[in-house]
Amino acid sequence: MEAQYVYISLAAVFGLFMAWGIGANDVANAMATSVGSKALTIKQAIIVAAIFEFLGAVLAGGEVTATIRKGIVDAELLSHEPRLLIYGMLAALLAAGTWLLVASRNGWPVSTTHSIVGAIVGFAAVGIGVDAVQWGAVGKIVMSWVISPLTAGFIAYLIYLSVQRLILHHEDPLAQAKRYVPMYMFFAAFTLTLVTILKGLKHVGLDLTLQDSYFMAVAIASGVAVVGALIIRRIKPNPKAEKSQHFYTVERVFGVLMILTACGMAFAHGSNDVANAIGPLAAVIGIATTGNVAADSPLPIWVLVIGGGGIVIGLATYGRRVIATVGEKITQLTPSRGFAAELAAATTIVIASGTGIPISTTHVLVGAVLGVGLARGIEAIDLRVVARIMVSWVITIPAGAFLAIVFFYIFRAVLP
Amino acid sequence: MANMLANIFGSSPVKPLEKHIDISYRCARELRGFFAAAVKGNWSKARKVRAEIERLEHEADNLKKKIRLHLPKSLFMPVPREDLLELLLVQDKIANRTKDVSGLVVGRELQIPAEISEQFLDFVDRNVDAAKQARKSVRELNELFTAGFRGAEVVLVAGMIEKLDRIETDTDEKQAALRASLFAIEKSLDPIDAIFVYQVIELTGEIADMAERVGRRLELLLSH
Repeated sequence: MEAQYVYISLAAVFGLFMAWGIGANDVANAMATSVGSKALTIKQAIIVAAIFEFLGAVLAGGEVTATIRKGIVDAELLSHEPRLLIYGMLAALLAAGTWLLVASRNGWPVSTTHSIVGAIVGFAAVGIGVDAVQWGAVGKIVMSWVISPLTAGFIAYLIYLSVQRLILHHEDPLAQAKRYVPMYMFFAAFTLTLVTILKGLKHVGLDLTLQDSYFMAVAIASGVAVVGALIIRRIKPNPKAEKSQHFYTVERVFGVLMILTACGMAFAHGSNDVANAIGPLAAVIGIATTGNVAADSPLPIWVLVIGGGGIVIGLATYGRRVIATVGEKITQLTPSRGFAAELAAATTIVIASGTGIPISTTHVLVGAVLGVGLARGIEAIDLRVVARIMVSWVITIPAGAFLAIVFFYIFRAVLP
Repeated sequence: MANMLANIFGSSPVKPLEKHIDISYRCARELRGFFAAAVKGNWSKARKVRAEIERLEHEADNLKKKIRLHLPKSLFMPVPREDLLELLLVQDKIANRTKDVSGLVVGRELQIPAEISEQFLDFVDRNVDAAKQARKSVRELNELFTAGFRGAEVVLVAGMIEKLDRIETDTDEKQAALRASLFAIEKSLDPIDAIFVYQVIELTGEIADMAERVGRRLELLLSH
């Protein structure tokens, strides 16, 4: 198979393009929360994003990659003509990447996840046949697009409510914050590490028992909480910048917590969204090298590098500007509110990643922000924009699908 | 580039409202210098202060319009939009009344009778105090939003409003005493001037009334 190199290089280029798009757009949303609340500078946010996106992709990205790779299209139907699946995956990558570029240029709200799933369903249903789509799995994914923002919103609501009850309503919120913020740190670190250990470490060859997993998560989370508590203890009130309630300093305490949740958010994002770029790429490589659609070849490490690397490049070239503009606009999300949104979103996303469900990280984050708003945490939310976001994915799916169908027919005619 | 995460945040009215009460208060504060000059008959100085009052009232007015424009009905906020707009309206009236009363005095070069001038300046002072306390209370808005209008912060602001009420009651008593003093000497005054002095006292007293209404509006927010 001489053509296999053509397929693999094309897929690598398209995958890099898609990863770039994700880095330029989606990651910026995930990190802007921390920049807007001034918990991190833009430079720090990019470093955090680069490290934790990569870790998330490698440690916890396997399940979603598997779903994108072979959970949507019924590969068995194509065993007689594996090349169709290659064309399709190439078309889906290019379609989603193109749509992402066009949409962000025009300022339309899009989701990378919705584009890629729409694109794969599109080429499979039209290019191959309606039966080629695993509708049950697709239905589950679409359901999750409704459920995941609601879940994140609900969690964020509860977290922020607890912040109000335990800290903000008190006569001495600063003392309360110093007491309780390490507990939030424990909760954040525990959830993220536990899901990673339970779902992710198998992919890197570590297999722990359930008991060991919990023990390890508790140990890591305790370590994080102790370090956090030590940092927080050094924060002293600034009498010039505040009034009797010390909210200014309280926010600085939450700022420390927010560095942690920002890491969690980048990790969660990497674990779910890297798959959008490398899932199709992995599918193409698997088929091209073995000639077999059902091949269960392991993910080559350079694929992950392309995914992680593309995201970091996108972030560095274009994403930093998005972070800056978004960060400036969301200053209402002070650390006490921003951490609640981030922690809720990261938890929801990581659980979805562990279950192998591709969801839109941005929509989850929007849901989480609304949850904080419902707990009377946000000064003003524009409901018109929220409504626009809700319909946005309805447009994104057919757009991705249409482009994928066009590219699919072109590739089938042009490629060997 | 439009961004959906950024755009779900409407522009917050909190800081602008705090800025607005600050301008209104600074406007009312000018009355001290204004009447100090006016009772001495120093009309060139009074006119200068009056120009500053007009400038500040104008500034408050512009900010009021800007805040209204940025509070569309589609905003979801922890407290009703209408209550915030009402608060803004009474805040603005502090500056309005200041402008009205200074305009009336300058326009007629109205002489406050020397017998009551000290008592009158003290009355003006107390009204400005009320505006200042209104500013102090409204400046807690940001903290109130942070605390979600619950808990210790609410108690704190309720205390500030109580103090505002006491100042307002004080101005009412001073106003009554001042009217009595004026009544005692009114026969010796030019009748038209006497009528206008009564009116100046009335208008000045409304500054504390408006400050007190700022407190009432703020109190409504606390009960949410």
